[in-house]
Amino acid sequence: MKDQGKQAQAYKSSGRARRFAALVRKESYQVVRDPSSILIAFVLPLVLLFLFGYGVSLDTTRTRVALVVEETSPLTRDLAASFEASRYFSVVAGRDRREFEDELVLGHVRGIVVIPAGFAADHAAARHPSVQVIVDGSDPNTANFVQNYAQGTVANWERQRMSEGRSMPPAISTEQRFWFNPQLTSRNFLVPGSIAIVMTLVGTLLTSLVVAREWERGTMEAMMATPVSAAELLAGKLLPYFVLGLTSMTLCVLLAVFVFDVPFRGSVAALYALSATFLMPALGQGLLISAATKNQFLASQLALISAFLPAFLLSGFLFEINSMPTVIQWITYAVPASYLIPSLQTVFLAGNIWPMFARAIAVMFLIGCMFFALAARSTRKRIG
Amino acid sequence: MTAMATALDTTPFVRLTSVTKRFGSAAPALDAVAGDILGGRITGIVGPDGAGKTTLIRLMTALMLPDAGSVEVLGYDTRSDPAGIQASIGYMPQRFGLYEDLSVQENLDLYADLRGLPKSERSRTFGELLEFTDLARFTTRLAGKLSGGMKQKLGLACALLRKPRLLLLDEPGVGVDPISRRDLWKMVENLKAEGIGVVWSTAYLEEAEACDHVFLLNQGRLLFSGPPAEMTGRVENRVFRLSGIRGRRREKLAHFLEMEGVVDGVIQGEAIRLVMKPGLQPFQSREATGAYCAAVTPPRFEDAFVDMLGGGPGGRSRLAETQRAFASEDGRSVIEARGLTKRFGDFTAADNITFDIPRGEIFGLLGPNGAGKSTTFKMLCGLLTPTAGDGRVAGFDLRRDAPAARNRLGYMAQKFSLYGDLSVIQNLNFFAGVYGLAGARKRERIALMGEIFDFRSVLDMSAKDLPLGVKQRLALACAVLHEPEVLFLDEPTSGVDPITRREFWTHINGLVEKGVTVLVTTHFMDEAEYCDRISLIYRGRSIALGSPDEMKARIASEDLPDPTMEDAFIALVQGSEAKDAA
Repeated sequence: MKDQGKQAQAYKSSGRARRFAALVRKESYQVVRDPSSILIAFVLPLVLLFLFGYGVSLDTTRTRVALVVEETSPLTRDLAASFEASRYFSVVAGRDRREFEDELVLGHVRGIVVIPAGFAADHAAARHPSVQVIVDGSDPNTANFVQNYAQGTVANWERQRMSEGRSMPPAISTEQRFWFNPQLTSRNFLVPGSIAIVMTLVGTLLTSLVVAREWERGTMEAMMATPVSAAELLAGKLLPYFVLGLTSMTLCVLLAVFVFDVPFRGSVAALYALSATFLMPALGQGLLISAATKNQFLASQLALISAFLPAFLLSGFLFEINSMPTVIQWITYAVPASYLIPSLQTVFLAGNIWPMFARAIAVMFLIGCMFFALAARSTRKRIG
Repeated sequence: MTAMATALDTTPFVRLTSVTKRFGSAAPALDAVAGDILGGRITGIVGPDGAGKTTLIRLMTALMLPDAGSVEVLGYDTRSDPAGIQASIGYMPQRFGLYEDLSVQENLDLYADLRGLPKSERSRTFGELLEFTDLARFTTRLAGKLSGGMKQKLGLACALLRKPRLLLLDEPGVGVDPISRRDLWKMVENLKAEGIGVVWSTAYLEEAEACDHVFLLNQGRLLFSGPPAEMTGRVENRVFRLSGIRGRRREKLAHFLEMEGVVDGVIQGEAIRLVMKPGLQPFQSREATGAYCAAVTPPRFEDAFVDMLGGGPGGRSRLAETQRAFASEDGRSVIEARGLTKRFGDFTAADNITFDIPRGEIFGLLGPNGAGKSTTFKMLCGLLTPTAGDGRVAGFDLRRDAPAARNRLGYMAQKFSLYGDLSVIQNLNFFAGVYGLAGARKRERIALMGEIFDFRSVLDMSAKDLPLGVKQRLALACAVLHEPEVLFLDEPTSGVDPITRREFWTHINGLVEKGVTVLVTTHFMDEAEYCDRISLIYRGRSIALGSPDEMKARIASEDLPDPTMEDAFIALVQGSEAKDAA
């Protein structure tokens, strides 16, 4: 009797393994044969990567600004010359700021730099002469940029005069130095970030679409009327898309390193540990969405709004989290990509910083478990 | 019970005890349905769309639980032991449950693994099933590339792996040509002989007649449970076929339907079919002029169904009475198709279709789904440009004047194609606007439609929340608002209950009497008999053209002296295939 029980047990678990293998095999055939999976997993990432690698650059070179020199003196000519020589600006010179006010409003120039009358006299008297920078606040990014680089240009000019002994050294001077990405090439942090976007696409969008499709085509119903369990159904979906997500990520990393020359200073182990953990919340969210909607159109909309957009906007990928309003900052804590993106940027640009990675992995794991629990709860072997 | 029955057979495979299921706050989808389903029989779950057929089958798979009452399948209760049920049933959902990206063999392998078919039995089982379903030649073909009939057979094969004791088939006859439907029926008969319990749901009432036992559902209620012969027995000797009618038979039918003692009536080819109240004969109430000959004819399931629902809606069509008449001035054709051909890539959806329809005729395009009916139809509406050939509708050339032609025709698209989120009155207003009605005439026509089709109580309801029958009425109202002289009806009554269907045809018959020309597509064989002439469309080609009676006469033989339309269809298709092969 006991033997029989054991046999039945063994039969049961072998049945489970066989069913699982059959589901995984079926899903893999579908991935390979369905052009939309290939599109989302391989073509879309390529497009995104090329877009962020070549198309989008947050570095600005040669911004057009107006330079108004209100008094002519050797000193102001010298300062004007250093603006003209700057590789960040393309300068239009004038004598009155009013000439450029309309052009600023129209966006023909991005800022007006005014070297005011009395500049030379103030300078000679060491009364901290000021240079006025007028920018268009309706475009804060560019405004900030113009302001900072104008300040930088003035500071450089000061330093240069100092080193030539033509000026008194100021009491304290600041000097900026950028670590890890000394050229401040935006591509170097955009490309690792876009890998997180790609995995969100594969993990959440693709997964929610394929499960919703099974509901729409009625295959889910046929599956459920067989001895297969809900857990087996879910697991059979997860594994293939987990592998697909990692494959897609690998492709992106190879491209980043060999095509875009993004440095890779961390370890491959850290890269995979982070990505694999990130796929948990991504896949869990995809399953939850499809179980809740059972409709491809709704699923894709929900996936885009609840996963793709947050990964884009609320993850620190394009916009610095610290400069967001506090409420929004709170929301970013719930966005898995906001843990992955800084970690990935670190893996690429800085190296292995395990304490940081451990925290990211722990949090993503927790969010993932939460999604799985919700998805398992809403995927019952029931219709309607 | 037959003599074959054993003690084992009498324990029911499924026991339904006062099963109630509701979705939301609407009327229950199933209302206190009770009954037993036995093994070794084909049990039909019969009823129009929305009657609760799919819900009932899903309750038997334990994928859905009843709100009240219980469902017991093979001794297991669906609430407490769904796994026990799912291990021993075979289920084919409406769309067959196949993976279209997988090949025939891969689909079989998948279901074999999921159902735990031991490896040692596989080659034998696969061999048997592939032979049984005649799919052995197609094992490497993707399921998505199979025809409707082959998909259906593969779906059945997948449900039959690990031989189930109970086989549940949800509308297996939908979207399948009559030949495949007959093949499938034969297969199911074989299974029945092995003692398997088969549940077959259908909206086709002629399929009901072939079942051993029928559960007739209407609006969630069980109207009848028993052998179909018991059902048709209720109208035995009350159904008459009136032949030899002179003059306009549609006008006659309308007249008969208004007479006391007539329960139901339809056009059947050149004849009229009437169901009388018990004890009455049509020629006893002889005030109708003209000689005709009335003969008792075997009742059909639909006759009994209409009788059970209290009879048809009568023969008066207020819609037709208020419609302007189109005189046939010169006897020229109103619709002409000349060699219409449509190719999509290397697939020919419609191949050299030719016909003429004179004014005041109902012309039917008959054929299974995917045969090319809708393609032909859309070319004639000017919605698709033909690859070759020409067409004229109401005197307008389709290639040059399609928009002008469209103004003269009313189009009722397949299934429900109105705006679901607009209310009834908004839909009417919209379509009136689209057809260029304005001012007093627009108000008048809309008010009239509201009266004729009785929309007053539902004017502000969203169209998508309407019951199917009302939706169908709204669709017809929108198509005839502008008094078109040509009506295009694409599968107008598929799935609706027979009373709504009668009402619909009363209107159509009335309009035709006023000179409206009607082109209708259908895959209902009996509906084809309401037409004056039909074109049989099969695989993109018109394989026969003529009146329904001519077609039946063409294949009548000593073995089959009185063939049905379906017999005629099958024989004509097989004849055309034999000719192709030769």
